[in-house]
Amino acid sequence: MTTLLVLIVLVLLSVAVWQMTKIFDLTQVGRKCDDSQVATDNDNNVQGYLMFGFLAFLNIFIIFGLLKWGHLVLTNPASEHGADYDNLMWISFAIIFFVQTITQALLHYFAFKYRGNKDRKALYYADNDKLEFIWTIIPVIVLAGLILYGLYTWTNIMFIDEDEDTIVIELYAKQFSWEARYAGEDNVLGKANVRLIEGINTMGVDVNDPNAQDDIAVSELHIPKGKKVHFKFRSQDVLHSAYMPHFRAQMNCVPGMVTEFAFKPIMTTDEMRQDAKMQEKVATINKIRAKKSAQLVAEGKTPLDPYTFDYLLLCNKICGASHYNMQMKIVVDTPQDFQAWLKDKGTIVNAVKEEKAKANAEATPVVVPVAKKADTTVVAEVVDTTVVKK
Amino acid sequence: MAAAAHDHDHAHDHDHAHHHKDTFITKYIFSIDHKMIAKQYLITGIIMGIVGVVMSLLFRMQIAWPEESFGIFKFLLGEKMAPGGVMRNDIYLALVTIHGTIMVFFVLTAGLSGTFSNLLIPLQIGARDMASGFMNMISYWMFFLSSVVMICSLFVESGPASAGWTIYPPLSALPQAIPGSGTGMTLWLVSMAIFIASSLMGSLNYVVTVINLRTKGMTMTRLPLTVWAFFITAVIGIVSFPVLLSAALMLIMDRSFGTSFFLSDIFISGEVLHYQGGSPVLFEHLFWFLGHPEVYIVLLPALGITSEIIATNSRKPIFGYRAMIASILAIAFLSTIVWGHHMFISGMNPFLGSVFTFTTLLIAIPSAVKAFNYITTLWKGNLQLNPAMLFSIGLVSTFISGGLTGIILGDSTLDINVHDTYFVVAHFHLVMGISALYGFFAGVYHWFPRMFGRMMNKNLGYIHFWVTAVCAYGVFYPMHFIGMAGLPRRYYTNTNFPLFDDLADVNVLITMFALIGAAFQLVFMWNFFYSIFYGKKTVQNPWRSNTLEWTAPVEHMHGNWPGEIPHVHRWPYDYSKPGHDEDFVPQTTPMKEGEEELHHA
Repeated sequence: MTTLLVLIVLVLLSVAVWQMTKIFDLTQVGRKCDDSQVATDNDNNVQGYLMFGFLAFLNIFIIFGLLKWGHLVLTNPASEHGADYDNLMWISFAIIFFVQTITQALLHYFAFKYRGNKDRKALYYADNDKLEFIWTIIPVIVLAGLILYGLYTWTNIMFIDEDEDTIVIELYAKQFSWEARYAGEDNVLGKANVRLIEGINTMGVDVNDPNAQDDIAVSELHIPKGKKVHFKFRSQDVLHSAYMPHFRAQMNCVPGMVTEFAFKPIMTTDEMRQDAKMQEKVATINKIRAKKSAQLVAEGKTPLDPYTFDYLLLCNKICGASHYNMQMKIVVDTPQDFQAWLKDKGTIVNAVKEEKAKANAEATPVVVPVAKKADTTVVAEVVDTTVVKK
Repeated sequence: MAAAAHDHDHAHDHDHAHHHKDTFITKYIFSIDHKMIAKQYLITGIIMGIVGVVMSLLFRMQIAWPEESFGIFKFLLGEKMAPGGVMRNDIYLALVTIHGTIMVFFVLTAGLSGTFSNLLIPLQIGARDMASGFMNMISYWMFFLSSVVMICSLFVESGPASAGWTIYPPLSALPQAIPGSGTGMTLWLVSMAIFIASSLMGSLNYVVTVINLRTKGMTMTRLPLTVWAFFITAVIGIVSFPVLLSAALMLIMDRSFGTSFFLSDIFISGEVLHYQGGSPVLFEHLFWFLGHPEVYIVLLPALGITSEIIATNSRKPIFGYRAMIASILAIAFLSTIVWGHHMFISGMNPFLGSVFTFTTLLIAIPSAVKAFNYITTLWKGNLQLNPAMLFSIGLVSTFISGGLTGIILGDSTLDINVHDTYFVVAHFHLVMGISALYGFFAGVYHWFPRMFGRMMNKNLGYIHFWVTAVCAYGVFYPMHFIGMAGLPRRYYTNTNFPLFDDLADVNVLITMFALIGAAFQLVFMWNFFYSIFYGKKTVQNPWRSNTLEWTAPVEHMHGNWPGEIPHVHRWPYDYSKPGHDEDFVPQTTPMKEGEEELHHA
């Protein structure tokens, strides 16, 4: 139905345009016989004014956008370096808006002001080394500032001090889910390789590695507030990207190699939920969801759950058919809550031992369950738990 | 050299008289005439452009109205790719992939650069034809073949390539990872290999022609900026395209012969694969070593076209001719050492990220010089606002708007959080997609009389421009916001993230603008095809331009000029020069006594 409407609108639009040009052509017929299809003074006038109008449109549209969509932009970073990041972003944007406003104004204003006229002759003005020098040197100075500030921030974010007191967590990506592994007491992750993936050991941890003995695997990521988290990323199959927008953090997960990124969370999930701006955002989203739910109920479908804020880890590198639904909840706890949560999690080594014991007890050859079936062969029937299809 | 060229001309004239009987096949199909080859590139490019744009509309509709059933999906994609009219999630990725590939390579590289390099290089430097007409013909037909293979890949059982236009392995290498990485991907690679061969033959031809076949008096500093842009573009192509070919060959090896250039330690569909020791990051390096210069391969010809059109229609010399050449050279050089800014968070050493931030932001300097020079050229001009001129001004506008956000993405720090979000999509579409398309349209409107001997309708051109200009900003300006809200690109639907629910409205608006903007391209189509046959017959030099192509007769002829080729006495930008009656002085006009060539002052 919508398609039909869209198509009808398109057809009508093209008919309208066609008719408009015809009318326009007809008005031209009587007036003068210049149909050379080269712009006349009249065209220059009309188009010149339109250029000026376009400048107005552009500025109004930009301001409209800032007012209407400005609140969508991520604010209030939940990590320590996030403030530096946002700072650099706002400085860059200030420069961008300044340059954009001036150059667009000049460009379109000149196009309007100097619109062609038979009686005028343009100024023969081919060169001016001083001007060229000015607008070479100004960008040089501005960019030098941006580059220096940018590199300073980059170095602070990316270079991880090995001596610093951190908590090491591995994020393991696979089509289309995430797993996390905590390094445990020794804060050193045990070795791992895809060739060791078997049964419950879905991350291929080497259970004979002394460092691996206290490693803990979980499917929901908890991190403590106020302590630097040193993430190490691995991928099981294709490229993925661990994107944690609220923490201004992202790193690709590359099969065959370990990548890393570290940041210090500064707001717990609860604190972020209490944040005024976040509450406003959540309220807006819930209003939208309520409206959609009412629609769904009317169609006899299950309504949507109301939304409560959670930090998220998203996949941000195209990784397959269900790339759009590869996410993991991140919970930032107070240090006490975090310790309490982690305490009763069993180690991977124990889980593997238990599985083996169980298998032996059954004394029958066990078919090793496939770690997780990738839904590549039946892409059409991807089952989403979160969304109702059809 | 001039003397040698001269002898050659005589030989050519001589030749000319003998075999002038062109059959339909030698004239329209296997033509070795650069003007016909240019038209072939143009028409093929437009057809590919239709395919690419329609694909973008389909996936934009899916983004705006996720998983809804559309009759048009059923009609265009069929029951298999859109069961019940709902687009499949891997087909969404296939559309995104092929849209990118077609627009970047087939439309904006071959369609834009192929068309105008072929048309303008010989005509503007005063040559009879390309250095090798035969190689030129082969170049076109290989491009045609690669287009056919690419189109064929849309119809294979397992679906077309769907790993993104950047085809990062392992996703592109493993059919287990996504069905499109089966036969679809093989055809994609074959098509690109042929395309690269075609592009190299074209580029070599352009470079040799510009260096060797300039007419008497046409020194390098008297070349129109169009030719400078095409020349440098061809050089960049020769430097960078072979690297993509080697990457593609290695990927073919990995896919079909079990090597491990790019793959290592992979467990997929319940089994461990044998690959060991390769690195996907290596592929990223190789890909972007072409991929980034490719941006300038697309953009520089558009900027060259704009320079020429803005000068002609402002009735003023282009401001800072030498600075324009210098900035083209600077951009070309820098473009080959900035590829790493696509890989800040790929896992490569952060120090390398610092280096690439530095080189990347440097590129803003020559770009700024270009933008300021365009604006100054308009100042105190006598602007003839023809459709080509409007598109050129539009190009400067989008080039600035899109280019400025580059200082965010080129900064490794800021890239962390906007990498691979819609912010990137907005940035590169404005700065290279829309800008290059505007350059393409400007070129078509401006040189249509030269190509087809007829004029396009200007009023349709005006409508085409204004609607396109509004819709282009309407599509890509709001996109910056949803990018900064953290929305990743290449998501089939965002409904799994309540976090992004408040972006849905914006996405609908963007799609609306896209649909309207695309619909108005039909105005251009109509104008273009109608005018080829029924447009008003043109005079020899409708825009009263200085360059040599307008000294050739309207009717096309093999060898471009009857009799001797024109000699050049001045640079191409003597518009409104004091001491002359007309406001233009063609390059063939000898210098008056005591007249100075001002730009060398």
